[in-house]
Amino acid sequence: MAVRGIVEGLATTLGMMFERPVTIAYPEVKRPVRPRFRGRHDLKRYDNGLEKCIGCALCAAACPADAIFVEAAENTDIVRFSPGERYARTYEINYLRCIFCGYCEDACPTEAIVLESQYELSYTDRRTAILGREQLLVPVPPGGQPTPQRVAPHSFDRAIPDMKDPE
Amino acid sequence: MSFDTAFFVEPLIKSVVLVLGLTLGFAYLTLFERRVLARLQVRIGPNRAGPGGILQPIADAVKLIFKEELIPSAADKLVFVLAPIITVVPALIVLGVVPFGPTVIIFGRSVRLALADLNVGVLYILSITSISIYGIVLAGWASNNKYAMLGGIRSSAQMVSYELALGLSWVGPILLANSMSLEKIVEAQRSLWFVVWQPVGVLIFFIAALAEVNRAPFDMPEAEQELTAGYHVEYSGMKFALFFMAEYIKMIAVCVIGATLFFGGYLGPLVDRWPWLGPFYLLLKVVALLFVMVWVRATLPRIRYDRLMAFGWKVLMPLALLNVVVTAVVLVVIG
Repeated sequence: MAVRGIVEGLATTLGMMFERPVTIAYPEVKRPVRPRFRGRHDLKRYDNGLEKCIGCALCAAACPADAIFVEAAENTDIVRFSPGERYARTYEINYLRCIFCGYCEDACPTEAIVLESQYELSYTDRRTAILGREQLLVPVPPGGQPTPQRVAPHSFDRAIPDMKDPE
Repeated sequence: MSFDTAFFVEPLIKSVVLVLGLTLGFAYLTLFERRVLARLQVRIGPNRAGPGGILQPIADAVKLIFKEELIPSAADKLVFVLAPIITVVPALIVLGVVPFGPTVIIFGRSVRLALADLNVGVLYILSITSISIYGIVLAGWASNNKYAMLGGIRSSAQMVSYELALGLSWVGPILLANSMSLEKIVEAQRSLWFVVWQPVGVLIFFIAALAEVNRAPFDMPEAEQELTAGYHVEYSGMKFALFFMAEYIKMIAVCVIGATLFFGGYLGPLVDRWPWLGPFYLLLKVVALLFVMVWVRATLPRIRYDRLMAFGWKVLMPLALLNVVVTAVVLVVIG
């Protein structure tokens, strides 16, 4: 009868009291992000320290929110930031415009701009919400040299390296 | 009877203690409900404001005080402002006749822990709970809003219908104790609580009490989904806080009345040796009943309004009448 249903329901709810709550107690406990999570961007480097970004601005063209601003400049073998002819002298992402879609990551020919796992982003004014080159670049990997580098002539003529297919 | 200062000051102090106690109880009932409801739903409730969320009611109160007080331009202003007051004052005064404990000695003076011991205490409670219905229907009317009006009408019809079953469920303890005075009803439960003699009565009481307080599953009048919050849709800030307060204080009041009428009130082990244990036992029983109310809210879906009314008139009231008849017959036969 209806009474039996009510009693069974009450028993079920009471049983829930003895289960561990599913709430994640943020900020004391933070759930790890999933693979391919789209958080704050990183500008990657090669193992020798050269930046992957060649300043082609394909990411800026792909961005639906017009959040990326790129200014390219010439590399010379004496002052070399990236392999190939160009590097990004100015690279700014406005995080008040960015929608974290990942189109820039898809558009990049050198896998330079990658969305990483940082999601705790808060700003107190508009100026600090625009992150520049220095803030987005990853640190120099061990065994690499910081940029700008001085290299042997014609050692890094190719801008876009041979890359493996993605898994 | 000596008409000294204490004669006048004593009820004043008791009233202040009662009202303050109810207000504090209301504040922490909101937190209790949110935490218990959360646990029943496999989550943690508010635990950020102060240790364990203990300052959450204060945060809510401050928020409501700072809210903009909006009165719709076409609303009946006087009634609009009066309605929450008419709803909340009966909720505060209804517990005036309930004994919170046996007689204690304070500063050498024998003090009975009840505000007033009416010999028709149960009748007083029933009549006071009827007054708060005015506040709700007036709120619906004064809002000048179709849905608020509907909510107000539905709520008052629901409360009036279930008051019958509520009052009839109380006749059982009255017959068993042979008195309408709550003090005598509690004393009559020294040997055995009335819940044992009146299992059906307790059930009727609890269901009717839920409907009287407009609590789930009988909260159609304040259904956010169906009626966009019903009779208090146009209220904001402190006036809304008063409605909110009225509902929760009425919840506490019906639980105290239930504990007094069916579960022995302030009686418990060793209460004659240490009379101050009395209020503590009452508190335990009230908290247990409040837990059951929250538990029911977490479990049952809202009952559709026409089924709610049909249930009140066609099932609960005949059952309550039957309970009265059976109790009376058994008492006459057994003596």
